Amino acid sequence: MIEVRQLQRSFGSQKILDGVDLRIETGESAVIIGRSGGGKSVLLKHLIGLLQPDGGEVLVDGESIGRMNERQLLRVREKFGMVFQGAALFDSMTVEENVAFPLERKRTLTAGEVRRRVAHALEVVDLPGTEKKKPAELSGGMRKRVGLARAIVYEPQIILYDEPTTGLDPIVSDSIDNLIIRVRDHLKVTSVVVTHDMRSARRVGNHVFMLHEKKIYANGAPEEFFASQDAIVRQFIDGVADADDTLIK
Amino acid sequence: MNFLAGKWFSDWLEGLGRIAMMTRETVLSLLTFKARWRDLLYQIYFIGIKSQSVVLVTGAFTGMVLGAQTYFQFHKVQMDTATLAVVGVSMCDELGPVLTALMVAGRVGAAIAAEIGTMRVTEQIDALRTLATHPVDYLVVPRLIATHIALPLLTIEAIAIGIGSCYLVGVYLLGIDPAFLWEDAKIYTHDIDLAIGVVKAFIFGGIIALIACYKGMTCPMGAEGVGRATTEAVVYSSITILICNFFLTLIIGKLVGLM
Repeated sequence: MIEVRQLQRSFGSQKILDGVDLRIETGESAVIIGRSGGGKSVLLKHLIGLLQPDGGEVLVDGESIGRMNERQLLRVREKFGMVFQGAALFDSMTVEENVAFPLERKRTLTAGEVRRRVAHALEVVDLPGTEKKKPAELSGGMRKRVGLARAIVYEPQIILYDEPTTGLDPIVSDSIDNLIIRVRDHLKVTSVVVTHDMRSARRVGNHVFMLHEKKIYANGAPEEFFASQDAIVRQFIDGVADADDTLIK
Repeated sequence: MNFLAGKWFSDWLEGLGRIAMMTRETVLSLLTFKARWRDLLYQIYFIGIKSQSVVLVTGAFTGMVLGAQTYFQFHKVQMDTATLAVVGVSMCDELGPVLTALMVAGRVGAAIAAEIGTMRVTEQIDALRTLATHPVDYLVVPRLIATHIALPLLTIEAIAIGIGSCYLVGVYLLGIDPAFLWEDAKIYTHDIDLAIGVVKAFIFGGIIALIACYKGMTCPMGAEGVGRATTEAVVYSSITILICNFFLTLIIGKLVGLM
């Protein structure tokens, strides 16, 4: 379970998050939506301790991580997997080495077992046979899938996705959504997806949070959220520049 | 003006504090040795083997030019055979470690800062952290150990090549008697001179690795940031090496009774 209480964060004089509260239950698939530059990725990075809050608290399974040092955070991060917007693959390594990285760092598995688990993770993301390729030889969608394979190979309890479909064509985006759903259902993990792709949000989430004006402005189950009559929510869902132009008035 | 000076000073102090924190983290990691042998061997190969050409050329031409200049001055007072002794002591105590360190700072320091800086701007360092790996364990420790091992060896190589080159120039180009040239060199160059060079190289190796890793890990975002971090890594490590060399010379001189 992840809980955020009154989270505050600024960069220089610019306040990005100002009193964010949210609670994500174990096994839930939460989607965080909001405008570009609204602080979604900043919020996500606080959940795994990549950023430290200026104020407020982040609790993972009841444990406050906001004031932990980097070494203490390593233990908490073993529960997490994260898929980055740009995949963040290690470009000096092959696909196989990238996916095997978290297993080899633990040094508890034999080389054969590592290879078997890497092959299985690549199969889950529909990329068998790409083991020897370098990240530079892969397309954007393939890189994100390898990033997902790297995040699931050590079977974490929570997976964070930072804009997994941004910059991809609709067909590849759909296949990434399918993968997120497949991973969620097969591995029974808690998922947190940051996106501004409404189609993706409807499909992968069972709880939607909308970040607006540095706070969680609205949240709820997808069917309830996407039926909202609130002008701000509607403007975002319908994707119109002027709130008066929303489809439901 | 005062405001700018104050800001520069506070930024400098902050940088010093951060590099001290990273050094502390590195020492803690070294004590538990979390680095992998494979990473360490690769770094030794990259820093040691790949720097061969740079170090050989630097050592050879430094020895040759210093030998020629020394001969030109000593020849006036009939002390030709002391040429190799002067070159031997200079190469061992000062020129060998300092020039090798400066060349390695230019080649390896720049490469380390650029590689780690690029990893930072492409979120690869964040990815490391999410994979429960401390960036210091994975990025800094193998590079630090590798430069500590490789730089003294490269320095010994540069010293040997420098002395050898000076001998060849002295004997075959300047016509100095080889037996007296070699005997004088043996009388005036001691084991302690080589030891001083190796100790200095060991310390300079740490300076290069720590400054380059720090500059990479704190590099500003974007291509310009990586470029700036790379330049600063080379400039700061070169300046630090030159300043430290002066103080090391005084401290070691005092310790071995030269002062």
